Amino acid sequence: MIDNQIIATVLVHLFTALIQLVLPRKTVEQMILSIAGCLIGFLLSVNLFIKILDGGILTMNAANWEAPFGIVFVADLFSVTMVLLTSVAALAVSIFSAVGVGRARMLYGYFPIFHFLIMGLNGAFLTGDIFNLYVWFEVVIISSFVLLTLGGRKAQLEGAVKYMAMNILASTFFLTGIGILYGITGTLNMADLALKIPLIEDQNIVNLTAIFFLIGFGIKSAVFPLYFWLPSSYHTPPSAVAAVFGGLLTKLGLYALFRFFTLLFVPNEFLKIVFLTIGVTTILTGAFGALIKTNIRRMLSYLIVCHIGFVIGGLGLYNKMALVGAVFYMIHDIMVKTNLFLIAGLIRQLRGTMNMGKLGGIYAEYPKISLLIAVVLFSLVGIPPLSGFWPKLFLLESALFNHSYFYAASIILGSFITLFVIAKLWSEVFWKDASLDEMVVDNFKALKPGRKTLMVLPIAILACASLFIGLNAEFIIQVTDRIANEMIDTTPYTRAVLGK
Amino acid sequence: MELLLVVLIGALYASGVYLILRRSMVRLLLGIILLGNGTNILIFLLGTITKGKPPVMAADMSVFTDIYADPIPQALILTAIVISFGLTSFAIVLLKRVYALLGTDDLDTLNTPQEEDV
Repeated sequence: MIDNQIIATVLVHLFTALIQLVLPRKTVEQMILSIAGCLIGFLLSVNLFIKILDGGILTMNAANWEAPFGIVFVADLFSVTMVLLTSVAALAVSIFSAVGVGRARMLYGYFPIFHFLIMGLNGAFLTGDIFNLYVWFEVVIISSFVLLTLGGRKAQLEGAVKYMAMNILASTFFLTGIGILYGITGTLNMADLALKIPLIEDQNIVNLTAIFFLIGFGIKSAVFPLYFWLPSSYHTPPSAVAAVFGGLLTKLGLYALFRFFTLLFVPNEFLKIVFLTIGVTTILTGAFGALIKTNIRRMLSYLIVCHIGFVIGGLGLYNKMALVGAVFYMIHDIMVKTNLFLIAGLIRQLRGTMNMGKLGGIYAEYPKISLLIAVVLFSLVGIPPLSGFWPKLFLLESALFNHSYFYAASIILGSFITLFVIAKLWSEVFWKDASLDEMVVDNFKALKPGRKTLMVLPIAILACASLFIGLNAEFIIQVTDRIANEMIDTTPYTRAVLGK
Repeated sequence: MELLLVVLIGALYASGVYLILRRSMVRLLLGIILLGNGTNILIFLLGTITKGKPPVMAADMSVFTDIYADPIPQALILTAIVISFGLTSFAIVLLKRVYALLGTDDLDTLNTPQEEDV
């Protein structure tokens, strides 16, 4: 079915950014516009989500060129879920930015660039054309370069060099893959490719191309041998920016991996082993990295890497239960990781530092905020019935059924280390007596009550989303079950796009 | 023509990878540019090169009967060139700023401990 409404979630952020660009130096107006734009984007994506959930896959042909000749936008349940989560995260971050980002950064165009980033993410989730996906990726990375370097502190620039070099390299790999794929099939449309790739006689070149995409998306989603840029750059920008990066950018890489390796290159035995090995090593290296870090955001960066491994391993098992678990984990992870980086920003506001050794006593001083944060931390660890518990249950059960004992063991070890690290964070930051260091400054008390609310409200919104995911797991499982079905049987997708 | 392009692509990729693996920031930048150009020529080559056959047809026909040049690879390359131009100019400015701050172009020195870690 053709429906032009699916592009609206992309356009709303484009227009918000454009209006903000003609209002330079008016930071308050930009702030209000940003929150309003994200709110409209959120309502539109809820509407789209309900439409897809009730109906089926919707498509839109750009400039009315028939698929597979023109660029096509496809909204299946997986894309729409990602768009919905992006808009929830964007809404929370835009509210947090009002206080969490300094005025100097706003004057240099923080808000427009933020909206271009969200636009790029939504576009990448919705497109059904591999070259168009490349273009959206570039929109995302160029916006993220600017957000990462905005402010120009030394640490930021040093992190940005690594981030830039690895991301441009990833795009080059991705583009090389696209070139080869176009050469051997003569099409760029994903649905058309899904039909044409199995018909190619020489499957070796198909496997080779798959490796190009694996490396390209692997760098973006920070899997084991390719993740080193992430912990060395994500702790540098303001927390609002780090929240978008940590919550959404790596998930874009994962989304692309899932899209390509379920629709275009169905994993064979070799690829399954590759994915499982990557999953196990990513979990272990990320978890061990998180153990030794004392800066909260550096520790969270390693936890991102660790939890990417859970999802990649789920793709490696490639059966329905594992895919349900993997997609559920992505849904849970976007909400929680975005929130954790916002919490890191709040802690910095409360104490002026993010070093765990210097923090302490927040629970005694701010019990309500601490309890709110505890809900998020419990969700991340996966205390039943909160959101982290259900996907791990699916992944573990599927791993044991398929005799992937290494993966099962690393899920347990990874979860245990996450629990240990989070318990350490809780006791160091919240329970320990306040440090007597005179360096500690509480910038939070000086804020006006309205601005205090602006800082805590987004954390509460995302915590509610996490609670909803955890307590309403039956609904989420129904959704992810349908997504997993769409991944395994791709005929509805190709039929919706090509109309045959 | 094809063989020449194949050799050229190989040379561009090889030198690009070699330069990226060096420590100097300028070489990193040059390596990224060379790799990007190698990719563009790869797309051009794989889109099959047909000489002197424009992708236009007579007004009274509805399908192509003759061999024609595929315009899509050129559109892709054009897009990729524009994007890599933007990325490269950003990268140049970023590396120049980093050089001005650190006074060296050695990539191994990009790990100054932060005030928050100490």
